[in-house]
Amino acid sequence: MAMTSPSRRHLRWTSNGILGLVGIAFALPLVWLVVASFDDHANLTLQWPRHFSLVNFEAVLTPDLAYVPLWNSMMISLGCAVITVAVAVLAAYPLSRYKLRINKPFLYGVLFGTCLPITAMMVPVYSLFVSLNLIDSEPGVVVFMAATSLPMAIWMMKNFMDSVPIVLEEAAWADGASMFTTLWRVVVPLMRPGIAVVFVFVFVQAWGNFFVPFILLLSPEKFPAAVSIFAFFGQYGSVMYGQLAAFSLVYSIPALALYVFTSRVLGGGSALAGAVKG
Amino acid sequence: MLRSAGRAVPLLPALILLAIFLVGPVLASFYGSFTDSALTGSAAQGSHFIGFANYIQLFQNPDFFKSVWLTIVFLIGSAVIGQNVAGLVLGLLMERGDRVMRSIVGTFVVTAWVLPEIVAAFAAYAFFHDKGTLNEILGAVGLHGPNWLYSLPMLAVILANIWRGTAFSMLVYTAALSEVPTDVTESAQIDGAGGWQRLGLITLPLIRRSISTNLMLTTLQTLSVFTLIFVMTGGGPGTNSSTLPILAYQQAFKFSELGLGTAIATILLVVGALFSIVYLRALKPEVD
Repeated sequence: MAMTSPSRRHLRWTSNGILGLVGIAFALPLVWLVVASFDDHANLTLQWPRHFSLVNFEAVLTPDLAYVPLWNSMMISLGCAVITVAVAVLAAYPLSRYKLRINKPFLYGVLFGTCLPITAMMVPVYSLFVSLNLIDSEPGVVVFMAATSLPMAIWMMKNFMDSVPIVLEEAAWADGASMFTTLWRVVVPLMRPGIAVVFVFVFVQAWGNFFVPFILLLSPEKFPAAVSIFAFFGQYGSVMYGQLAAFSLVYSIPALALYVFTSRVLGGGSALAGAVKG
Repeated sequence: MLRSAGRAVPLLPALILLAIFLVGPVLASFYGSFTDSALTGSAAQGSHFIGFANYIQLFQNPDFFKSVWLTIVFLIGSAVIGQNVAGLVLGLLMERGDRVMRSIVGTFVVTAWVLPEIVAAFAAYAFFHDKGTLNEILGAVGLHGPNWLYSLPMLAVILANIWRGTAFSMLVYTAALSEVPTDVTESAQIDGAGGWQRLGLITLPLIRRSISTNLMLTTLQTLSVFTLIFVMTGGGPGTNSSTLPILAYQQAFKFSELGLGTAIATILLVVGALFSIVYLRALKPEVD
């Protein structure tokens, strides 16, 4: 390591220089968000606050503005993640363990479903929800979001289940355990990390989803944080940038924390990459 | 036969959910695009089959072709070129840069991607706003920046989408580059191949599978971008940044032309489906 050639050292400094510039470009919009939230005179430009204050957080962290929407977000995301994980575990079991004639078309269908542009579907989904009388219904939103995250969840869950050795289940079958008992008592405990990765993945997606609740919910008291932030922006956005930034920051923290948790604790970064690679 | 039917039972909940909420809307979209359904007025009560009238009306609307063009510009600018090139360049630079630099830059790039989309859209809105950070910086070096969101809306949303989405490409390419065996590139170096030659003749051909996967996936993701554009420009000024998802929303919910909105949605679904089929055929994922 002592003898690095000049050209290599040169390359290294050039790389670091360009990386630094790219890093600054990517950081600036994020830094604005953080700094503006602590500035009681925030505007749209990144500027050092004359004095740091928590007034923006105090103004925003009230039941009406933040707590109720965040609670709604929590309920919608939790509901969506629980349904998706339960249905995906069930579906993954026969896909992973039995050779059924339906497996191949089903898995191709699931992969195809992961690629569908969900945004494009929202107009017909709105019509469907009108005819099912589900407009402005939180359970309706939860079930729809669960259905849209199912293809990816089933695909990931099947891959995780494939890596659980089948020997233990054979012992359970020999003892006369039913399929559901085997799945619940043997397979699920062995793939807890995989289930956690899928759960967090679905939860974070639902937490950040703006378009689906924006289209399907009408009553402000049912809005999740994503939609109520947008409404807040429409009402006061042109003046109270600091409060907008503070609300955005509070709302973003769960998503960021869960991402760090999955990639550090569960090694989920590579698991997600594996799911994407197919 | 009976046993295999019993074994398929756990698939049922998934099948039911997917049938109602994914297959259902897709079929409804095809059917709805041939009816005169509307959100308000007499047509809201009952809709009638009107054949290709929605599509004919759409193809006579200059906004539609403008929107198709803007969508292509957005896809090529921000996904095919922007995110892919930026992701690949970042992957290559990260291999050569310092560890500390790598993790700092990586953190910022990934944060822009993990942030909820509405928050990312506000951050980008503030950055590109006439009185935003970008113009402040340009002003500091003596340049007078334009009103990005108003006079160059497409450029602003393309750059914002590159900022938002490059992390995905960066992660894919970093993983792919780490699997390129070093002895191959080193022996090429000993044979006198320069940096660009090694990149073009060895590294890129070795990761071509990741490149084609990533091109397809980023294109599909970018095709359904709505929130970023909706918050930053609202599709405007006028329809100067209305890509197809925005146009479908505007037609259906702003102008109550549900049939037209559904026809646009159907076209988007068909384009997305074609991309997906090409993707699945080209990569042949192992499904057994």
